[in-house]
Amino acid sequence: MRSKVESALPYGLLAPTLLVVVLLIVVPIFQAFLLAFQGSDGGFTLAQFQKMVHDTAFLDALKFTFLLLIFIVPLQIILALAMALLIHKRFRGHSIFLYIYAIPLAISDLAAGIAWLSIFTERGYLNSILHSLGIIDKPFLFLSYQNLPAVFGTIVIAESWRATAIVMVILLAGLEVIPRDYFEAADVFGATALKRTLFVVLPLLRPSLQNALIIRTIFAFQTFSVVLALAGRVIPVLTGEAYYWYAANRNPNVAAAYAVLVMVFTIFITIMYFRLLKTTDAEAGYD
Amino acid sequence: MKTRRLSMALLAFAMIASLVLSACQAPAPTPAPAAAAKAAEPTNAPQPTVAPASASSSQSLIFLASQLGPVEEQEKMRNVILKDFTGAEVDFIADANENVILDRILAESKTGKVNGSVVGALHGAFPNLIAANALEDLTPLLEKLKDRPIVKEFLTLGKMGTDKQYYIPWMQATYIMVVNKKALQYLPQGANVDALTYQQLGEWGKNIATATGEKKLGFPAGPTGLMHRLTQGYLYPSYTGGLVTTYRSDDAVKMWTDFKAIWQYANPQSTTYNNMQDPLLSGDVWVALDHTARVVNAFKNQPDDFIAVPAPAGPKGRYYMSVIAGLGIMKGAPNKAGAEALIDYLTQPAQQAATVREVNFYPILDSGLPTDLPPYVKTESDGVLKQARSADAHVALLPVGLGKKGGDFNKIMQDTFTRIVLKDEDIKKVLDDQATQLNALLTELKTPCWSPDPVSTGACQAK
Amino acid sequence: MESSLAISRGAKRAPIAWRHVRDQVGLYGAAILLALWTLAPIYLIALSAFSTKAGVSAWPKSLLPTNFSTDTMQFFINSKGVLQSVGNSVVVALLTIAASLLLGAPGGYALARFRFKGKQTIQLSFLISKMFPTAILSVPLAVTFLQLGLYDTVWGVALIHTAMALPFVILLTAGIFVGVPRDLEEAAQTLGCTRMQAFVRVVLPLALPALAAAAIFTFVISWNEVFAATIITLQHRTLPAQVLSSLNDSPLYYRFAGGFFMIVPALIFIFLIRKYLLNMWGSVVR
Repeated sequence: MRSKVESALPYGLLAPTLLVVVLLIVVPIFQAFLLAFQGSDGGFTLAQFQKMVHDTAFLDALKFTFLLLIFIVPLQIILALAMALLIHKRFRGHSIFLYIYAIPLAISDLAAGIAWLSIFTERGYLNSILHSLGIIDKPFLFLSYQNLPAVFGTIVIAESWRATAIVMVILLAGLEVIPRDYFEAADVFGATALKRTLFVVLPLLRPSLQNALIIRTIFAFQTFSVVLALAGRVIPVLTGEAYYWYAANRNPNVAAAYAVLVMVFTIFITIMYFRLLKTTDAEAGYD
Repeated sequence: MKTRRLSMALLAFAMIASLVLSACQAPAPTPAPAAAAKAAEPTNAPQPTVAPASASSSQSLIFLASQLGPVEEQEKMRNVILKDFTGAEVDFIADANENVILDRILAESKTGKVNGSVVGALHGAFPNLIAANALEDLTPLLEKLKDRPIVKEFLTLGKMGTDKQYYIPWMQATYIMVVNKKALQYLPQGANVDALTYQQLGEWGKNIATATGEKKLGFPAGPTGLMHRLTQGYLYPSYTGGLVTTYRSDDAVKMWTDFKAIWQYANPQSTTYNNMQDPLLSGDVWVALDHTARVVNAFKNQPDDFIAVPAPAGPKGRYYMSVIAGLGIMKGAPNKAGAEALIDYLTQPAQQAATVREVNFYPILDSGLPTDLPPYVKTESDGVLKQARSADAHVALLPVGLGKKGGDFNKIMQDTFTRIVLKDEDIKKVLDDQATQLNALLTELKTPCWSPDPVSTGACQAK
Repeated sequence: MESSLAISRGAKRAPIAWRHVRDQVGLYGAAILLALWTLAPIYLIALSAFSTKAGVSAWPKSLLPTNFSTDTMQFFINSKGVLQSVGNSVVVALLTIAASLLLGAPGGYALARFRFKGKQTIQLSFLISKMFPTAILSVPLAVTFLQLGLYDTVWGVALIHTAMALPFVILLTAGIFVGVPRDLEEAAQTLGCTRMQAFVRVVLPLALPALAAAAIFTFVISWNEVFAATIITLQHRTLPAQVLSSLNDSPLYYRFAGGFFMIVPALIFIFLIRKYLLNMWGSVVR
């Protein structure tokens, strides 16, 4: 039997957090929404969105944001799954490898961008390696605007490197929950490693996959330091444009319009994940 | 197991604690943080109204500068140029992003909590500050400095088209061409490296590409590079004699056609270059055009490899952009006397010489450059002087009077560049599109034309 | 002990020795390959940070520390504002840890132990609050902070970082408290402890190590956050803000030194929490 105090307790415990989040995140989001719909006279307008849509970089930013998502997320899932399955075998020394794989978790995108630029730039490390192996005699221009697929590739590689760790950790945690019997049962029935992964592990990992996807998508929409370092603005992305409109063009209104768009897309894709993966709330831990 | 976990946690906190300690102790010996802490509170002491020289040296003064943002330059400013100033304890605050400083000035002015006393900014930033009523009229100060040989045109610019003196000229910079000596052997027949034309630059790039198999011209077209300044102050005026009025003229079409030809031999990584010194040093680029402050490390780190030469000329002459920075005093400055003394100090010949020596901004005094320059500064200033003294040289200014919309203006320039050069769109059509946007922007702002466009009464418009 | 288990199990179903060897080689081969992939960029930026100025622009570059020098690193560390910004970063991060754990842990406990109306909505809204780009969020905040006198103070940055970290801290701590057996707490209560006493004497000691890990993770969030810090500070920069603000005009070797300097804490932090990585993120799943 619960008293009234008891039933009010969870709300009381959550109140301070809610207060901070509302004051420092929800209110500013609301203010940013206002900015996005406000004209120079302070009245309601869609002019900011029109300006955004007619911007030279807008369509490219839209295209590349989604292309990056499409290329990076599956690659990360595969890489992270490989890491997680390896660690899950708990071989001798697995904890050292877990540590190594998790390092990028704590590396900022700013630092990652600097590191990858030193590799891919014209006289950088990758070209130095290729040169000393005799594969090339002149530096290959990975970051040439005339070779967008190459630039795009470098971004995919750098971003996959940076953000695979978080996916790996989430998936590994998901694997830990799956009873070991399942793996052993699959072994008994003579399933190959690939089949076991596809038909036993992946379905059981669905809730973790969903979480990993959501978290990755949120982050993927918001990072642009790596893109800016490697591609400049030849490959624009939505959040990068938002920042650019704010910092360089001095136009917080259009910047806010971009930010609103990013938020809408993120919510939309998250809903899509929920639908596609059909995880019940209980499985996902939202009960 | 449990004890191990606990010891882990202890270790973690010990780690953090030691980090805090080491980090917080380290800066203590340097006096700067102490000054910063002092400066954070505005001083309420009564202001001496007499001569600046009598300002007490114990008072602090915040100097907000939108220039000299790079760390090395900030260091030089604090440790060398400002070292001998006795009028106040100066806290020099600069940021690589000029807007950060301008925002701070505007915010302080708006909220009335003025901490900054002296403001250092580019000419083009002043209209915005004046519109916010953030600056004092410096006519009385100028009266005290009337014997100083400051270039007259610069003083006139400092009035911002009014009868008040809003800034005292501080220093100037420009954009020059830097050449790796290895490139000289590929100069086109009959070309003089000190008097190139844009057409010859293209041929040169072609020769280098043919000989080495690499495209070695370079332009700062990265996200924070200054390519738009090259369009505004170099290419446009050199080909059309104007900027806004001639934006979609036939001369402009010719300019973009020629520039596209030059760009063919530009390193395609140019779209990632924010400054040209790094690609020059790494050898990715042999011939580059950029702001003096953004190439100086090339001369400094490999003094024997590079020379500085004037920017190329077009059919209308050799236009170059002069970037003028001025010093203003904030309305409600907590240390006005100190501020006046500081402006006096910084415009003295000794400090002007120190400024070019240490941070590569050039003097605003008529008296010319000092002679005791270190070799790398000498190399660069040779180029600057040659450029200014070229027979066909003309000066173009940064855009004036665009205020908050300066970014929009630059964006129109950048978009024009991106669409024509990078995306290969039809030149005439792009120019028409962008000129329409330009006209709309300038009509909205009612901004009159600035040099090199002819003076206009109404808003400046592309014909 | 666990690793020997894997080997013995492998041996059981693979009577032929070479098959076992092949499996092991494949396993370690793959693990090492993935480790190299992760470590290579870190090694290379370390190499750049510890080479001479000339080494940074040399061609072709050596993959071994042949140009070893601490000059650029010293230049970076001795630059005005860098050590100060490291100090600021640490202070901000510690404030953020303190605030977000004090505020967030009770919330996490509530989510772990209670069933109540609106629970799902609250959890979901934490998630949604992360979906708006932080860089732009800081714009309206800068104005508010200026009015409150929090602009350009470590307190202001810590406050924003707390708000940014709280949704994670709540989810992490909720997972931690779920992991503490409820029976123990209830046993303590039946033995006469109040709920508060049961929490302090029974739950907290058990959860402490994992909470420490959550604290370090919060440290990482704060340590790496750059845009809010850039927009609301000027003199009191954090390290990433300091590096970002001087990024464009500063020479390449400065940037490499800065990049490396930011990565070092990552190596340490992940090392400290490596045991708890699974517990922490398991919580998001369970």
